[in-house]
Amino acid sequence: MRRGILRWIARHPRSPGALLLGPGGLWLLAFFLLPILILLVYSVMPRGAYGGVQPGFTLEHYRRFLDPLYLGILRRTIWLSFLCTLACLLLAYPTAFYIARSGPRRNLFLFLAVLPFWTSSLVRTYAMIFLLRDSGLINRALMDAGLIQLPLRLLYTEGAVLAGLVYGALPFMILPIYASIEKLDPALLEAAEGLGARSWSRFTRVVWPLTAPGVAAGSLLVFVPSLGSFVVPDLLGGARQMMIGNLIQNQFGPSRNWPFGSAAAFAVMALVLVAMLGVLRMKGLDDEHGTSKGRGA
Amino acid sequence: MTARRVPFAVSATAVVTYAFLHLPLLVLIAFSFNRSRFGVQWGGFTLDWYARLAFRPDILRAMRLSLVVGLLSTLLATAMGTLAAVALARYLPRARRAAGGLLYLPIVTPEIVAGVSLLVLFSWMGIALGITTIVIAHTAFSIPFVTVVVLARLQGTDHTLEEAAMSLGADELSTFRRVTLPQLMPGVLAGALLAFTLSFDDFVTTFFVSGVGSTTLPLAVYSMVRKSVEPTINALSALLVMVTTVAVYLADRLARGSTRA
Amino acid sequence: MPASTPEQPAVEFRGVAKRYGSTPAVRDLSFTVGRGEFFSLLGPSGCGKTTTLRLLAGFETPDAGEIRLFGEAVNRRRPYERDLAMVFQSYALFPHLSVERNVAFGLEQRKRPAREIRDRVRAALELVRLDPGTFATRRPSELSGGQRQRVALARALVLEPRVLLLDEPLGALDLKLRKEMQVELKALNLQLGVTFIHVTHDQEEALAMSDRLAVMNQAEIAQVGTPAEIYENPRTAFVADFIGEANFLEGKAAGRPGGEAARGSLEGWVITGDAGSFVVPPHWAISEGGDVRIAVRPEWLDLWRPGCLPRGENGLPATIQDLVYLGETIHVRVTLANGRVMIIALRNEGQLIKPLPWNRGDSCIVAWRPEDCQVLEG
Repeated sequence: MRRGILRWIARHPRSPGALLLGPGGLWLLAFFLLPILILLVYSVMPRGAYGGVQPGFTLEHYRRFLDPLYLGILRRTIWLSFLCTLACLLLAYPTAFYIARSGPRRNLFLFLAVLPFWTSSLVRTYAMIFLLRDSGLINRALMDAGLIQLPLRLLYTEGAVLAGLVYGALPFMILPIYASIEKLDPALLEAAEGLGARSWSRFTRVVWPLTAPGVAAGSLLVFVPSLGSFVVPDLLGGARQMMIGNLIQNQFGPSRNWPFGSAAAFAVMALVLVAMLGVLRMKGLDDEHGTSKGRGA
Repeated sequence: MTARRVPFAVSATAVVTYAFLHLPLLVLIAFSFNRSRFGVQWGGFTLDWYARLAFRPDILRAMRLSLVVGLLSTLLATAMGTLAAVALARYLPRARRAAGGLLYLPIVTPEIVAGVSLLVLFSWMGIALGITTIVIAHTAFSIPFVTVVVLARLQGTDHTLEEAAMSLGADELSTFRRVTLPQLMPGVLAGALLAFTLSFDDFVTTFFVSGVGSTTLPLAVYSMVRKSVEPTINALSALLVMVTTVAVYLADRLARGSTRA
Repeated sequence: MPASTPEQPAVEFRGVAKRYGSTPAVRDLSFTVGRGEFFSLLGPSGCGKTTTLRLLAGFETPDAGEIRLFGEAVNRRRPYERDLAMVFQSYALFPHLSVERNVAFGLEQRKRPAREIRDRVRAALELVRLDPGTFATRRPSELSGGQRQRVALARALVLEPRVLLLDEPLGALDLKLRKEMQVELKALNLQLGVTFIHVTHDQEEALAMSDRLAVMNQAEIAQVGTPAEIYENPRTAFVADFIGEANFLEGKAAGRPGGEAARGSLEGWVITGDAGSFVVPPHWAISEGGDVRIAVRPEWLDLWRPGCLPRGENGLPATIQDLVYLGETIHVRVTLANGRVMIIALRNEGQLIKPLPWNRGDSCIVAWRPEDCQVLEG
C-alpha cells in the first residue's frame, strides 16, 4: 500500500508539494482570501435589516465617503500615518545605524528593538495611557515639580495618537533599515573617503542611496498598518480623533451598517495598495538609478 | 568599521529611541508592584495586585481560554505552516512566488480588515462566534509566520542530505522523518513559539470573531482599560509582557542557534 | 529482482536526454560501464557530468532514452530502489547523527538485526581506515575534511552496493590528501570488485584513477576511452585541449606525400598551411583539398637548428619567444611564420650542468614525426 502511494508520487513529482501545501493553502484561501472577497461583495450591496445586506448593486457606500465627516476621517488617517512614518524614520535611521555599529552587543540591541513588536498592542497602548492621562506619570511629575498647576491635556489628542502609533510601529522601521545598513560594504565607505568625500556628502552620495531600499521597505511596513490602526486611536484618541479603523469598528459594532463598514475596509485596502505600488515604483526607479551609477563608476 | 566613531547625534537618537520603546513598559511593570493604589507615589513593594488577579474568576477564565486558543491554534498553524514551507522549498520552487503572495498578503493586510472580513464570513456561513471561530482566525494569521520561519530554516539546510538518505535506501516518508524533520526542528519550534505569542497577544482579530462568553485575556484587559485605570491591569499587562518576552527570547535563541548547526 | 546475465554491463545509457526548461543538461547520451570498472565522467563545470550521475542515481528522471543497471531499465525507479550508493561532493553527512549512526543509516533502513549492523559498521569504518573506537561516537562537525570523506565512503560501502557513485569526492580535500585518497579509492575498487562511477573536473585525477573515462562537453560525450586513448588519440580539439596541453595546426590536404618528404612506406597526406607544410598519417576524415586540423602534444615536439632537420620528420621554421622553467620540464614558446605560438616541452637535463642552447629571438625548426600527431574530427 505504502509502496503504491510512493510509486504514484514518484510518477507525479509535483504531487507531494500539492499535498503538503494543501492544508495551509486551503486554510488561507478559506479564512483569509474568501472572507475578503465576501467583504468586497458586501461593500457594493444595499443595506438590509440588522447589519445584513439585501440583493442588488450599489456604490452608495463608497459615495458616502464624499461626506465631509468621512472625508475628514480619511484625511486624518492619511495625515497621521504619514506623520508616524516620518517620525519613525527620523528615530529609526540613526538607531539602526547605531545598532549596526555596536559590535558585539549588536544582537542584544537588535533583540531589544524587535521585542515591542511581539508585545500586545493593547498592553503597549495601555502603557501610554498610564503615562499620559491627567493623573498619569508625566502630569504628576510636572505638577510635583511645580511646573504646572493643572494637569496638561495629553490624552485624547492628536499627539497622543501619534505617539501611540510611533510607539507600535518603530520596530518595523528599524529592522529593514538595519538590514540594508548591515549589508553595506565597509570598503565602500572607505573608498568614498579615499576619494575625498567628506562625511556629509559621503552620507548623501553613498550611504543614503544604498540604504534607500531599506527605508522604502520600512516606510511601507509602518505606513500600511498605521492606516488600519484601531486600538491606538480608540484608546488614546477618543471620539474626536477617529481614524478609519474606528469607523470600520463602529459600522460593524454599534452602527450595524456592515456594507458601509465593508466599503470603509476596502477604502483602507485601496490606500494600502496605493502605498505599496508607490513604494515599489520608487524602489524600481532606485534600482535603475543604482545600476546606471554602477556602470558609470 | 566598528572602530569608526559614531556621531553624537546618532547615539543620542538611539538612546531616545530605546527609552521611548522600553520606558513605558518598564514603568508599567514597576507600578504593578506599587502598594499605593492611586497616582505615582511609590507606596512600597507589593505582590497584592497579582494576588488579586487570582481571585478574579473572569480573569482566570480568560486566561484559561487564551491558553487553550493559543495551544490549539499553535498546533494547527505549526503543522500546516511547516508542511507548506517544505512544499515550497522542496517541491514547488516555481510556485514560490505565487504562493509567496498568498503567504505575505496576510502579513501586510491591516488586521482590522482581516478581522471584520472573518466576522462577515462566519455570519454568512452561520457559524456561531466563540472559541472555534477564534481558533480558526488565529490559525489563519499564524500560518504565514510559521511558514516564513521554517522556510528560512529550510533554506539554510542542505538538500543533498535528503538525497543522501534516499541513496541509502530511505523512501520519501522515512527521509522526511529521519532527516528532514530533525534538521527542521529548531525552526519548527521557533515558529510554534511565535505562533503562540501572536495568538496569546492578539486583540483586534479576536475582538471581531469572539462571541459572548468567549473572552480572551486581551479582550478582558481591553474592557478593564475602558472602564478605569487600576494597578491590577498593570499586573495583568506585566504578566502578558513577561510571557511574550520569554517566548520570543526562546524562539530567537532557537532560530539563531539553529543557523549555526 | 531477476538475475542478470553476467555479460550484461553494470551501467548502460541509451540515448538519454534531460533538459531543464529550454536548456539541455544532457543530449543523446550513450555509453556502457563494465562490471567492476572504475569509470570517470570528466568535463568542465556545466558540461552535464553531474546531471548524468544524478540521472543514474535516480534524483532526476530522463526525458528520453533508457538507463539500464545490470540489464534492467531503471528509468522509473526511485533512488532507494536502485541498489546504488553515492558519495556526495559535500559528503552530506547527517549532522544530527553520530559517525556510527550515519554509517548504520542504510542498514537500519533495510531493517538488519542490530548485531549485524554493529559488526558491519565496524568493518566499514576499518575498511576506510577510521578507528571505530575513536570515531564511532563523534559528530560529523567534530571531524576533519578527510575524516568526513572517509565516513561518507564507509556509509556508502557498508551497503555493499553493486555500483558506487562518487560526485567529485576529492574536490574539497587539499592536494596531498587528494593524492592519498586517489590511491585508496582505486585500491578499494580493485579489492571489492564494485563498479565505481566517478565525476570530476580534474583531468589528472581522471587519468590517474580510471579504467576508462568519458570526456563531456556541452551536454554531450566528446569521447570515451581508456586514459591512454583519450590522451594520445584525442578525437576533437576540445578533448585535446581539455586533457593535457596541445598545440593546434591547420591547413589543407594538398596531396599524397612522395620523394624526400615521405618516410619509408608511410601513406598519408601533405598538409599545407600558412605556417608551412607537414605530413600527417592517413585518416578517414581527410579528403583531397579539405581542411585539416591536427593536435600535437608539447612533449612530442623537438627543436632543431635551421637546416638540421632529421630525415622523415616534419619541420616548421619558428623563432624562440621565451623559456619557462617548470622543474621536470622546460616549456619553450616559439612563434611560427604565421604568428601562431607553439609550446615545446623539453626534458630538463639540468640547467646548471647542461643548459639549453636556446635564447630569445633564435631561429629554429619545430620538428615532430608524422605519426606523432592526432588528426581531429570536425
